Amino acid sequence: MTLALQDVTLVVGRDVHIHPTTITLEPGTLNVLLGPTLSGKTSLMRLMAGLDRPTTGQVMWNNQDVTGVPVQKRNVAMVYQQFINYPAMSVYNNIASPLRLEGLSDKEIDRKVRDTAELMKLTPMLDRRPLELSGGQQQRCALARALVKGADLVLLDEPLANLDYKLREEMRSEIPKFFEESGAIFVYATTEPSEALLLGGKTASLFEGQVTQFDETLEVYRRPLTATTARVFSDPPMNFVSVAKAGNKLLFGEGQNVAAFGKLSTLEDGRYIAGFRPNHLLLEKPEGHFLSFGVEVTVSEITGSESFVHVIHDDDRWVSLVHGVHEPEIGSQIKVHINPAHLYVFDENENLVAAPEIAVAA
Amino acid sequence: MAEIHLKDLAHSYLPHPSGPADYALKKIDHVWEDGKAYALLGPSGCGKSTLLNIISGLLTPSEGQVLFDGEDVSRLPTEQRHIAQVFQFPVVYDTMTVYDNLAFPLRNRGRDEETIASRVKDIAEMLELTPDLNKKARGLTADAKQKISLGRGLVRHRVAAILFDEPLTVIDPHLKWMLRMQLKALHKKLNRTMIYVTHDQTEALTFADKVVVMYEGDVVQMGTPQELFERPTHTFVGYFIGSPGMNVLPAHVDGSEAYVEGCTVNLDRGYRGLSGSNLEIGVRPEFTHLTSGREGLPVTIKRVEDIGRFKIVRADFFGREVNITVPDGQPISPDANRIMFDPNHVNIYSDGWIVNGEAA
Amino acid sequence: MEKTLNNKAWWMVLPVLLLVAFSAVIPLMTVVNYSVQDTFGNNEFYWAGLEWYAEIINSSRFHDALMRQFFFTFVILVIEIPLGIFIALHMPKKGLWASLTLVLMALPLLIPWNVVGTIWQIFGRVDIGLLGAAMDAIGIDYNYTQNIFDAWATIIIMDVWHWTSLVALLCYAGLQSIPDAYFQAAKIDGASRWAIFRYIELPKMHRVLLIAFLLRFMDSFMIYTEPFVVTGGGPGNSTTLLSLDLVKMAIGQFDLGPAAAFSIVYFLIILLLSWVFYTAMTNYDKGESQ
Repeated sequence: MTLALQDVTLVVGRDVHIHPTTITLEPGTLNVLLGPTLSGKTSLMRLMAGLDRPTTGQVMWNNQDVTGVPVQKRNVAMVYQQFINYPAMSVYNNIASPLRLEGLSDKEIDRKVRDTAELMKLTPMLDRRPLELSGGQQQRCALARALVKGADLVLLDEPLANLDYKLREEMRSEIPKFFEESGAIFVYATTEPSEALLLGGKTASLFEGQVTQFDETLEVYRRPLTATTARVFSDPPMNFVSVAKAGNKLLFGEGQNVAAFGKLSTLEDGRYIAGFRPNHLLLEKPEGHFLSFGVEVTVSEITGSESFVHVIHDDDRWVSLVHGVHEPEIGSQIKVHINPAHLYVFDENENLVAAPEIAVAA
Repeated sequence: MAEIHLKDLAHSYLPHPSGPADYALKKIDHVWEDGKAYALLGPSGCGKSTLLNIISGLLTPSEGQVLFDGEDVSRLPTEQRHIAQVFQFPVVYDTMTVYDNLAFPLRNRGRDEETIASRVKDIAEMLELTPDLNKKARGLTADAKQKISLGRGLVRHRVAAILFDEPLTVIDPHLKWMLRMQLKALHKKLNRTMIYVTHDQTEALTFADKVVVMYEGDVVQMGTPQELFERPTHTFVGYFIGSPGMNVLPAHVDGSEAYVEGCTVNLDRGYRGLSGSNLEIGVRPEFTHLTSGREGLPVTIKRVEDIGRFKIVRADFFGREVNITVPDGQPISPDANRIMFDPNHVNIYSDGWIVNGEAA
Repeated sequence: MEKTLNNKAWWMVLPVLLLVAFSAVIPLMTVVNYSVQDTFGNNEFYWAGLEWYAEIINSSRFHDALMRQFFFTFVILVIEIPLGIFIALHMPKKGLWASLTLVLMALPLLIPWNVVGTIWQIFGRVDIGLLGAAMDAIGIDYNYTQNIFDAWATIIIMDVWHWTSLVALLCYAGLQSIPDAYFQAAKIDGASRWAIFRYIELPKMHRVLLIAFLLRFMDSFMIYTEPFVVTGGGPGNSTTLLSLDLVKMAIGQFDLGPAAAFSIVYFLIILLLSWVFYTAMTNYDKGESQ
């Protein structure tokens, strides 16, 4: 089953919730919708499910137009951020409920429920009520209900957002396993870039109702085609600096003036925006050709193994992520360094013109 | 500002607790220094909220005392404790402007408008709320509302401690970075005692001078982020802090060598008389390296997760999962089949608790 | 956003539409028809145009009833809304007492209106009523059938007794939905009881208050049964509210034309005032959020 949205839009009153979007989801793939709150992730999911009818455009299942076919008539399952289960039923009956609606035999139901429960590690809790379980187990129950009916499309709307950090980490590494076994189209909405990276698959980055890029997750991460995508897909946030190129000179703020080299020398003259990831902004200058900037330290955060050093360059806030414990004094002036090979260069319309080579990227 | 002494403190929700299992908070005796930032970190149900509620005055502890600068406040109501609190969901007075919100605690305490105006101006400046001062509070974004909540605590001069109860829960990742950084900068600037409750290790580690790790009502470790990372005193801390958590493998220990599934692991310390108890070695994925050849522990690589900045290698060692992190840019050799540990980062645990060896 | 694509819903609504057509729209049209015609019986009708409307709007009888009606509604709103809020604020928030209070508060709402009237009619009687006899015993000259003030006091107290619960229950529901963190934050900020009410409880309650206000306004403006049973509009015409007057005109005197015009005018007044209150309050709401 292939799901395709063709020039789909959603306009409610005067508000455009989804700008024209064309996207094709292949069977057996995990597709992450990544974007901040209100970027249109839920709206897009509702359109895919058939909970809302697009204002314009078509929704195609296997080249068949299903626009306007209500959700009940599509084989869709959905899991939400809130743990939604039938509170009065046992876990067993919760998982069995979609199968009972299909009218399967009791034997068949029993087999499927037990298989799914085993996969979701719920077997010891089958007789319990959902509210007697921990948050993680409740969400497993909701996931089991979605998986058991063998839906063609499984929509997961920030399913781990209400779980503890550590539980989230464990479930996250399990989710790819579930989807590998089912062959359905999985769509997973999240606000967290790290979650998209851990899940792998494909990622669609969303911003203000617009799908800004849709590709393999690592490809979107490594080659964001616009500065917007780069901003959406970076945690900690990507750093930006404006650059002007004139002849063979590169001009950074404060009248810094560097000879163009590397791929920067191939750019046409004009104004550019350069982006670089925090782990490429270094506090100590290694050997070789590096750009150096004078910055003021705002604060540093230490995680035990790494440090986030927040600095201000002109009016831009940057953050440097380095190994070990580094705590330069707040307000002090320091130098930070960046290998130009790690720069993403965007033109004035924020479109990518040069990305780091894969070998040195990420 | 105050030093907080939790003196022989314990709490049970039952009227007559009989065993340790009946306590939501098991007995602790801690002195939290004035002006430092502390984080209470643990999974849900670990007792961190109970402890926070005892400090804020929502709960009266069933045993022991809470002392602020030596003064017993255990039985004082919240309003007499001179604390400030930022909640999980932003609390603002909807009908008031941002200015009035910030002025509210001072007006309630009968300060004159002139003092209030200068104080509110200072705090708004510090929290970057100045452009919003005349707006109604309810129209603002979640992160701005959290800043208002914090601002209402900061405007008051006499505040013993500022408590944060998972304050970043409803904030988007990008804004989370900004707000977290601002909180940290503010702490560095003001040096007020701050207590931050969370289940998110990154938040706890980056914010706090000292992190208090809690598990099943117990404080399992209190230490700096670096201590928690390098020498977790309990395997739970090793698991809970770090992504992925620490690799823990059952072992025998003899002198300065450990034996895991018949393989030898070199240690940088000597251990004696450890044969009887339930022993494990713990090594962080960051200190675990892939090699090939004859040395090290044999593993099969099951999966490599590329998460951009580094790769997580999930490997199988005699039926147990071992995680290895490989930094960005470092290739993974296709014939890697062994792992090695940094000897100075291998910790030994007996019944879950760390054993301090002697310098070899 | 939450719209569904299921057009079958219209078929589900159809029976209700038919029912409303027969029970409301058609009778209303009949009334409109009567209001512009004159009849002397025998099913003979003559076109009267807007004559009845002019007569009603200019009649002092209508003016008096309208004034009495405004006075009644004003008084009960001024009493019931604050009293309802006050009671809601003091109701227990959880536990057995909370459920018990809820049941007690709901009791007056469960009693049929004519029974409420009868209860108070008997309750206030000087010979056998507990209230009347008690007042008499302590030397207060109380008689709602003779004294205008006593008659008014009786119907107002009766309405307050009957309907304050509704306001209180709505406010209680509004109060219960306020997260605990707000109250804790207010304590930490050193807010007084009044400030908590003014800046937390009232703003969080204002939506239910709007509903309570509208319901009580419309209901009290149309009140008929209870005062009819207790005072019958007396003594004299002193408690003859709009609906009582309308019924007297239509059934007592069988002046169908004027009564129909009266009904229409009455209906339009309620509609207009409800709309005015509603827009005023929702606009205030919008203004607040900016």
